[in-house]
Amino acid sequence: MLDAIDGVRLAERPYELAPSRRDDLEARGLLTPLGSADWSELERAAHRTRKSFLLDGPALHIFVVTLRCDHSCQYCQVSRAALTAQGFDMSLTDAEAALDRVFESPSPTLTIEFQGGEPALRFDLVRHIVESAVRRNAEAGRTLRFSMVSTLHHLGSDELAFCREHGIHLSTSIDGPAQLHDAQRPNPTRDAHARTLEGLARAREVLGGDGVVALPTVTRAALADPIGLVEHYRALGFRSIFLRPVSPYGFARKTKRVHGYDMDAFVGFYVRALDHILNLNAQGEPFEEIYAGILLRHILTPFHSGYVDLRSPAGAGLGVLVYNYDGQVYPSDEARMVAETGDRRLALGDVQTSLDELLDSPAMAWLRQGAVAEELPGCDRCAFVPFCGADPVYHGAIHGDPVGDRATSEFCAKHMGLFRHLFRSIADGDPTTLRTFTAWALGKSRTDIAEPGYVER
Amino acid sequence: MTGAVPLHTHARVSGVDRPEILKVLSPEEAVGSHLPPQDVLLFAEGIDGPSLTRPGDAPARVEDLRDRRVIRPGDVVRLRPGGSLVSVLYRRGSTSNTLFATERCNSLCLMCSQPPRDEDDRWRVDEMLRVISLVDREELQLGITGGEPTLLGEDLARVLDAISVYLPDTQVQILTNGRTFADAALAERLATIHRDRTVWAVPLYGDVARLHDEVVDVEGAFRETLDGLYQLGRLRARVEIRVVLHQLTIPRLAQLSAFIYRRLPFVNHVALMGLEPMGFAKTNRDRLWIDPADYQAELAAAVFHLAARGLPVSIYNLPLCVLDRRLWPFARQSISGWKNIYPPDCKDCVVRDHCAGFFASAGPTWRSRAVRPFQFEEFAA
Ligand code: SF4
Ligand code: SF4
Repeated sequence: MLDAIDGVRLAERPYELAPSRRDDLEARGLLTPLGSADWSELERAAHRTRKSFLLDGPALHIFVVTLRCDHSCQYCQVSRAALTAQGFDMSLTDAEAALDRVFESPSPTLTIEFQGGEPALRFDLVRHIVESAVRRNAEAGRTLRFSMVSTLHHLGSDELAFCREHGIHLSTSIDGPAQLHDAQRPNPTRDAHARTLEGLARAREVLGGDGVVALPTVTRAALADPIGLVEHYRALGFRSIFLRPVSPYGFARKTKRVHGYDMDAFVGFYVRALDHILNLNAQGEPFEEIYAGILLRHILTPFHSGYVDLRSPAGAGLGVLVYNYDGQVYPSDEARMVAETGDRRLALGDVQTSLDELLDSPAMAWLRQGAVAEELPGCDRCAFVPFCGADPVYHGAIHGDPVGDRATSEFCAKHMGLFRHLFRSIADGDPTTLRTFTAWALGKSRTDIAEPGYVER
Repeated sequence: MTGAVPLHTHARVSGVDRPEILKVLSPEEAVGSHLPPQDVLLFAEGIDGPSLTRPGDAPARVEDLRDRRVIRPGDVVRLRPGGSLVSVLYRRGSTSNTLFATERCNSLCLMCSQPPRDEDDRWRVDEMLRVISLVDREELQLGITGGEPTLLGEDLARVLDAISVYLPDTQVQILTNGRTFADAALAERLATIHRDRTVWAVPLYGDVARLHDEVVDVEGAFRETLDGLYQLGRLRARVEIRVVLHQLTIPRLAQLSAFIYRRLPFVNHVALMGLEPMGFAKTNRDRLWIDPADYQAELAAAVFHLAARGLPVSIYNLPLCVLDRRLWPFARQSISGWKNIYPPDCKDCVVRDHCAGFFASAGPTWRSRAVRPFQFEEFAA
């Protein structure tokens, strides 16, 4: 990695860099030798490889089958309606129309994800959509995957058997130990944590030990104890965790005073959690922080992770589409939440509209202004831009303009913080850490990477 | 010293009035052969060693072979009129049979073991075509080397066409610097024949132009080779990258492995190769020689980088005793039989059967200080 002084040299006086450093930069395409300012075909091909997701079209299709939920989480009022409320479920006609859109996408792999609300409340609809998709795919021949985000409370043995039959991946939210989880995710019986654990046990019995992944919503209350959170996940038998800050969208903004925090605080929390996780790995226990895995894949390999929320051009609309219960289509789940607060600029249109038209909508045109990170002010000169992405939905919603302002962008603050930390750790060169990082980046188990070999620094 | 049956010997040759390339067959095998008698030399073992006879109306004889081991049934040999030299152009059972395409080359590598000569040697094309028609159909592998074989252009296409007709199942390995493939049309012409059984073995000596160009002694070669590799990748040709290990390539070897992973992730194999003390390598010894014992860290960094990332990697031409033990699983017995030797110290070494040994041309000044035989006790758990 470049230290600050080398960074300045690179920008202003590359000839003052040590020759071996200059060679490193030239080999990675960061510095061009005199007289060959153009990219070779191979560099172009490497660039295409990294951006290959572009050609495929939307691969992730999120179905909000119902907005109803029996939880009333403070940071999620926007995404829910009361359990008995009327008119918050997706109609069969809209579900079928959404499937038309899914199969209009040219993507060779299609993932259909069920969200809510609590999608398990309408498992009949989930069933219908899965079966219809499988029927359609008999002809379409894509690689078809399913996933579902659920509290697991309402998944009984029949539902779980269906999940196993169709390989529906389950993910759930566990915010931490019972006290924290129950305070943040109140359900009528005030036993959300216990019931999620019961659901987890049922699901693991049917789907196997790694059949469910979990992720916490890191609120201000959770910031104090990163190690406790990781330890709670370990105790529950998870071998990974996905650490994300609480989302700044929708109604959750009103409660920001209570649950929100500076991104610096999140980065501090993240670093401590990651340190702990790296120690576990060093002691021979494989445990992965998923977001670090995504960033490291971008940093240490020539490939993209496939993650739709960290791309340039942005994944919104191009990589992911959200079909809301009411038949509206959005370019991302965040865009849907923003729209629920009354900001309609991000709605692409009605689900009966063709995919081409949806992607040609004024909303997409608006988002496009901020979709290419390499062209955004600030990002265009940022050393991390090859590994980072653009989030025009966030910047559009919070800054009022999809281009956004890097100086006050929490998206940027988070990524700047995480990249700095990861690059610093790589530069430190501790062999045990590099081995863990390499395994995560390559999506392999740590035991398969006995020796990571040379790691670029 | 043991090993190394040469590819040439002298003998009493009679009955040939022009250069002849013939297939040696035992009388039993000749009976069932599809070859006409004038293409065959019948092999007979006598008290004075083997003798060879061409049956039919144009009898020829080869007797009194100076080295009896050189010619065996199944081989393809060249006889010259009025000369006593008999050369084996194809040896049955050898894993290193090679067709020599041309002595011409467009590079001038510092360690070239076969220094190029700028002569019109297009007669070799007919020789290759002839040999191909006489190679055992069941032959598993055949190499093509030079010089720079792709300089033959359309003539190389003819050779590959012949291989795909006569030897449809044979794996072919072609050593090329890849530069001519910067020409997309030529790449397409050559790399699509016999495609699934051909490996293009392309040397790469650095991750930056300065370094690669210095080693091959041509400015702009790096860029051309990369463009050529791009064409091969685009055509889904099979590609091996070869790196010769010496003083100039070692300092950036690990970085080069990362460059291969990032820029050439489509390659099928990477071979990291000890230096062969032949040709220019001898002249340039001072610029090139580094004791392998002194570059094990760099070698391990490169090997493990590639292996962890799923790129098959091998170490060629280095004896086990100079290698870091962790690298043994990557070491191959890569030196062609006819130039492969084991010095007397190796006699009692317990890993000899797995060891690459040495090039016959490697005198004492080319021997690592780390060379030493192993004993069983060292492997006791
Ligand atoms: S870290 Fe910030 S400035 Fe850098 S690319 Fe990401 S968003 Fe842009
Ligand atoms: S001593 Fe053993 S390991 Fe060394 S070169 Fe000889 S056979 Fe190989």
